[in-house]
Amino acid sequence: MAEKLLMKGNEVIAEAALRAGCRHYFGYPITPQTEIAHYMAKVMPKVNGTFLQAESEVAAINMVYGAAAAGARVMTSSSSPGVSLKQEGISYIAGAELPAVLVNIVRCGPGLGGIQAAQCDYFQACKGGGHGDYKNIVLAPSSVQELYELTVEAFNLADKYRMLVIILGDGMLGQMMEAVEFKDKEEIYQDDKKWACTGTKMQRESNDITSIYIQPEVLEGLNNKLQAKYRQIEQNEVLVETYNCEDADIIVTAYGTVARIIKNVIKMADKEGIKVGLIRPITLYPFPTAAFEKYAETPKAFLSVELSAGQMVEDVRLAINGKCPVHFYGRTGGVIPSQLEVLNEIKKILNK
Amino acid sequence: MAIVFERPHALKEKELHYCPGCTHGIIHRLVAEVIDELDIEGITIGVSPVGCAYNNYEYFNCDMVQAAHGRAPAVATGIKRVHPDNYVFTYQGDGDLAAIGTAEIVHAAARGEKITTIFVNNAIYGMTSGQMAPTTLVGQVTTTSPYGRKPEIHGFPINVCEMLSTLEGAVYVERTSVHDVKNIKKTKAAIKKAFQVQNAKKGFSIVEVLSTCPTNWGINPVDSLKWLEENMIPHYPLGVFKGKDLEV
Ligand SMILES: Cc1ncc(C[n+]2csc(CCOP(=O)(O)OP(=O)(O)O)c2C)c(N)n1
Ligand code: SF4
Repeated sequence: MAEKLLMKGNEVIAEAALRAGCRHYFGYPITPQTEIAHYMAKVMPKVNGTFLQAESEVAAINMVYGAAAAGARVMTSSSSPGVSLKQEGISYIAGAELPAVLVNIVRCGPGLGGIQAAQCDYFQACKGGGHGDYKNIVLAPSSVQELYELTVEAFNLADKYRMLVIILGDGMLGQMMEAVEFKDKEEIYQDDKKWACTGTKMQRESNDITSIYIQPEVLEGLNNKLQAKYRQIEQNEVLVETYNCEDADIIVTAYGTVARIIKNVIKMADKEGIKVGLIRPITLYPFPTAAFEKYAETPKAFLSVELSAGQMVEDVRLAINGKCPVHFYGRTGGVIPSQLEVLNEIKKILNK
Repeated sequence: MAIVFERPHALKEKELHYCPGCTHGIIHRLVAEVIDELDIEGITIGVSPVGCAYNNYEYFNCDMVQAAHGRAPAVATGIKRVHPDNYVFTYQGDGDLAAIGTAEIVHAAARGEKITTIFVNNAIYGMTSGQMAPTTLVGQVTTTSPYGRKPEIHGFPINVCEMLSTLEGAVYVERTSVHDVKNIKKTKAAIKKAFQVQNAKKGFSIVEVLSTCPTNWGINPVDSLKWLEENMIPHYPLGVFKGKDLEV
């Protein structure tokens, strides 16, 4: 029978990783995600796995690179300043086409910033972050149940496409306790990983894992191959929730924790006779462009609500492509907008 | 006719790209000979550096993972934790290991990570055209110390073996040189021992090999060997710093 437990978001991520077959975790402490490391430190020795506290985020991501190259299901987790340090390794992981999972429980910046919830790393996660033309799949859960399901999915997508999958959450989601229903058995994507460095056992040619291609044409070939892979992902892996969008006066778009606030705003607005729709991207890359295109001409306006100075709104504007006005409302520094605040913003836009 | 000299099996049949007289090639051969003699090619995984040896995955006949500049010990750690029964080695230059990757090597050693590092010290950054390295000798002229390395401006060279041998997790630490046949043989014995220490799961092992860079030193290959002997060895004394009596 499926198991239902009351658990903290960060711990659910760790438990989900274990259930997805992850046996190697490398990390470095940083608030507000450290419970992931605590959980891993406790359970990994019991399942013959590795928990290793690295000397830095730089080392941690490179340990992930090594373990992924060696064929393991491997994970690291951190928060914004730590993820900045991991960007070198992330770019190398993209170049060498290695499967791995990274959790970023985002805090507010820039610099050391603060430890409250924020969504100010959207650009960094979705637009590259490190050097070079590359993408990572970015998943944005908005409940503890989704943290579980999307963490398992992250490992499968990583193996399927041989790339890094980022789970983008925030401190509020990581610290939140909610009921979560675990499956009896996970569906694990099976990859023979013939490319991995496991030792030749003198039974095959040696495998090399690298991201350096000095010949321009050869490197362009690799880059074209990566881009083709990204197009395939954009076709096949989009996840989005749309709610109340048919004949909405205004469509609000938000992801993660903020989307939860919007669901209450919808109820409040309904009482005042304002019909508010919601488009909640679950994959931030690939961005659910088609969902926006579909409703581009239905409402009077779109409103992107974010815990940033305006990042996802750029992708919304691209998707809407001038067919409808796109507004933005954001708070930063760890301030969470209230439902009333958002409702007032909606009324302002609709002149009500 | 009896064959007396052959290419080691662990070295692919590929022409090396190193400059004439560069001793990187000798060190590659020694690593490959040790892999052959220990009969471990099929269970060895190497980590390539950034530097002149960046593409040595094209030369070694075992599985190889190319790492970011200085990060080889972290990458090797990841590999070793997945495959604890395989031999894992890093091959790193002095810019790679003693500058950008200082934290990674110190902590891999401190953890007693069961890997072997082949550390090629040529007292200069070779690949990026002869800049000052942490190992550049006092007074040595490089493209970024054109008036010679001055301690008051550039600080002092780092003696990696001396530093690492203070760490408990580093169990075998030896410095050798490849400037003549006698020392080439000693280098091979050291590399072999370092791999055996790894196999015995005793801890971290490193062999620092003093090497030449005729191109960036601006000295011909023969005189480079002499320069190494006369200038580098006095500052970087050869010998076993740790693990002399280690039974493996
Ligand atoms: C992050 C990063 N910084 C700088 C470089 C440029 N770089 C390539 S090789 C090298 C120096 C390598 O010197 P060393 O490790 O001594 O090896 P050698 O070339 O002498 O064999 C540098 C600085 C790089 N590739 N990556
Ligand atoms: S630049 Fe120096 S270290 Fe590099 S291959 Fe040439 S001689 Fe060797």
